[in-house]
Amino acid sequence: MLYVDRWKVQAVALTCVLSLLLILPNFFSPQTVSRWPFWLPKKQLSLGLDLRGGAHLLLALEVNDVRKDWLDALREDARDRLRKSKIAVSAVGIVGNSVQVRVAKAEESETALKALRQIVQQIGNPILGTSGNDVEVEKGEGGSISITPTEIGLQQRVGSALASAIETVRRRVDSMGVAEATVVREGKSRILVQVPGIQDTAQLKDLLGKTARLSFHEVHETRTVEEAKKVGVPPGYKIYPGDSKEEAEQLLRETPVVRGDELTNAQPSFDQRTSAPIIVFSFKHSGAVKFGNFTSKHVGKPFAIVLDDKVISAPTIQEPITGGSGQISGRFTPETATQLAIQLRSGALPAKLTIQQESTVGPSLGSDSIEAGRRATIAGFIGVAAFLILGYGLFGLFAIIALVVNLALIIVAMSYIGAALTLPGIAGIVLTMGMSVDANVLINERIRDERRAGKTLISALDSGFTRAYGTILDTNMTGLLAALILIGFGSGPVRGFGVTLAIGIVASAFTATTVTRYLVTGWLRWWRPAAIPI
Amino acid sequence: MQGFKFKPIEFVPAGTKFSFVSHWKLALVETVVLAIVTVFLLSPWGPGLNYGVDFRGGTKIEIRMKDGPADIAAIRAKLGALNLGGLQIQQFGQPSDVLIRMEEQPGGDKGQQEAIAKVQRALGENVELRSSEVIGPTVSAELISSAIWALALASVGIFLYVWFRFEWQFSVSAIVALLHDVAMTVCLFSILQLEFDLSIVAALLTLIGYAVNDTVVTFDRVRENLRKYKRMSLGELIDLAVNETLSRTAMTAGAVLITLIALFVLGGPVIRGFALAILFGMLVSTYTSMFVAAPLLYVIGVKREWGTDAPVRKPAGPSRERVTFK
Repeated sequence: MLYVDRWKVQAVALTCVLSLLLILPNFFSPQTVSRWPFWLPKKQLSLGLDLRGGAHLLLALEVNDVRKDWLDALREDARDRLRKSKIAVSAVGIVGNSVQVRVAKAEESETALKALRQIVQQIGNPILGTSGNDVEVEKGEGGSISITPTEIGLQQRVGSALASAIETVRRRVDSMGVAEATVVREGKSRILVQVPGIQDTAQLKDLLGKTARLSFHEVHETRTVEEAKKVGVPPGYKIYPGDSKEEAEQLLRETPVVRGDELTNAQPSFDQRTSAPIIVFSFKHSGAVKFGNFTSKHVGKPFAIVLDDKVISAPTIQEPITGGSGQISGRFTPETATQLAIQLRSGALPAKLTIQQESTVGPSLGSDSIEAGRRATIAGFIGVAAFLILGYGLFGLFAIIALVVNLALIIVAMSYIGAALTLPGIAGIVLTMGMSVDANVLINERIRDERRAGKTLISALDSGFTRAYGTILDTNMTGLLAALILIGFGSGPVRGFGVTLAIGIVASAFTATTVTRYLVTGWLRWWRPAAIPI
Repeated sequence: MQGFKFKPIEFVPAGTKFSFVSHWKLALVETVVLAIVTVFLLSPWGPGLNYGVDFRGGTKIEIRMKDGPADIAAIRAKLGALNLGGLQIQQFGQPSDVLIRMEEQPGGDKGQQEAIAKVQRALGENVELRSSEVIGPTVSAELISSAIWALALASVGIFLYVWFRFEWQFSVSAIVALLHDVAMTVCLFSILQLEFDLSIVAALLTLIGYAVNDTVVTFDRVRENLRKYKRMSLGELIDLAVNETLSRTAMTAGAVLITLIALFVLGGPVIRGFALAILFGMLVSTYTSMFVAAPLLYVIGVKREWGTDAPVRKPAGPSRERVTFK
């Protein structure tokens, strides 16, 4: 008991001093801390939305949109490949969950199958046993061939769609000019957006509500929409509705001339002549070439600008547009023009996002919660400290010192792993104050037992510590298990609570077995007491 | 420091001898009755639980009246006229604060937002919207299943851990004790019809972690006594273990109780339900570890052939040693 490795004591003492130093910034305002000299720690605990106020949106990516887009792309791909292999087809279409191809001549179905099999790609990780084909190409009855996406193929598509959606959402949220917004992935197909400081989510939702897929289409040169409705839509064409009552339906070629992903910039502006709000945009080089070629060939004819499958404007080409820039004059207000420009700049979303959960916390509730949390923490600490002194006297004081180090470790760990402090997190800290005392209680009760069993002073202390360790391990392991499940299961606030609890348990096992022990050792060496004061 | 005169209080006097296992029949009856009551309360014939919006889907808004105390009856009359379906209106924390819960409105996200706007319009200018939460049906269904999974996983995990560290008899007793505490707390929430939301599930998980602590500490001592006293009857031995750990139970329970009371009284209305769940469950679990877990272990019985070697026996006196867990 009396002899402890010097380096161990030094390491533990250093940890304690360091943790107490590192929590210092939390007691000052960010402004004060920013003026501190460079060698002082500046990292502060970040507050969760429930404490600082703000909005929280949980968005789900429409998996069906992703599937539909993929099927569309597969259909185009199948058509292209069969055309290149010079195989005549009688029909290519989407039936349910697969693309169905019908070959015109039955004897060509084998070559068609071969050509279509080239679409199949190996994906996934063979080492993890998750590899497989992204689509299955199978021969059906009567010369038909089906191309069906597989489950892992779809999962991969959804995964990459989600990744690009997160990028787009981040760019759109950043364009609002709010500080410290977070956009993170949640589960397989969700995105969590947290924006501190805003109460009104309407603007945010408007901004995220549109996929903003822009495309420029050729209008059918001879047939009108009315004729098409009577006689039938020519293959490769489709009727697109207008985005408002004033905008007419159009019969457009389905494959666009240029897509919105070829844009490099889009800005809201005003028309020189009419002073109506417009959007000016510019294309990448490749897009500019395509658009230039198209407009040169179609001077005097209309083309259509389509946003999210609706026609927003169908102007007539006055002259070839070869400079790679142009303007869109839809029926905009200055606000909608600004919004659309942001959406176009930040890129289209790969699929629609739907809001599944939404919450806002006002600043008054947040500050009330901080105040309540502070009061509960202080009262809890004073109560536990008094109780420990009453129950264990000097050894209670040792336990209190361990508790303070414990609390400091929790806060330091949380600020450095970037876990935000939430109201349930504060509850976790307060509760940890009570629970972490358990390790010290176990040790002290053991010491009492050993002393009653007639052991000498040092021997009672020694076996008190060592024999309590097994019990401390058992109790902490079960507590840690529960805390880890809380982290795994919880979303947001519940997870915050689990994190503080888990850190608290580990920290308390550490402080009880080191800090308290060394304090007792030091006390033994310096005061050479005759009896144990508990 | 030798002049240190203060004498710590021993909350449980040394040598307390109370027989816990002799009351095993009472404990058994109580546990069975509790199980029946719980099943009844949660059955279609019982009152069930008052689920929060997290589990039911819908909207929860918290408002504050800027001009003093809120008149709940007047608010109910005003909002009742809006035809928003099931509404729950209650005072929340301060007299001027009101919590309104609505069931899910038709029309997706727009429908929910319109309902919130309607409520705000109906209540007039003097209302501050303190917070709002809208939860869609997909999320709420997932929350229910993940909550059930989490509770099941925690129970199984603890069962396996106790089995691994002790014997299966200890595991069974610990799990019964744990379910006992959870059931008690669920009954409280059902009978008082308190809001049962995600934070209460978090409280139950925390409770599971805490409750099993108490039981494990007692079992640890039982195991030690099994090694120490080869001839003592099992009943006496378990009683001895519970009595020996009584002081520890009192100290830890006391400290936790103090922090929970602080949370309950001062922590604000948002976490009051959460604090209450743990506070109540913890008091129950202190009783359970002594009066249910220990007697149950006695009833099931444990093997008596435990090795004599205590896990880590260090020679007495000053020694240069390393900290090792057994």
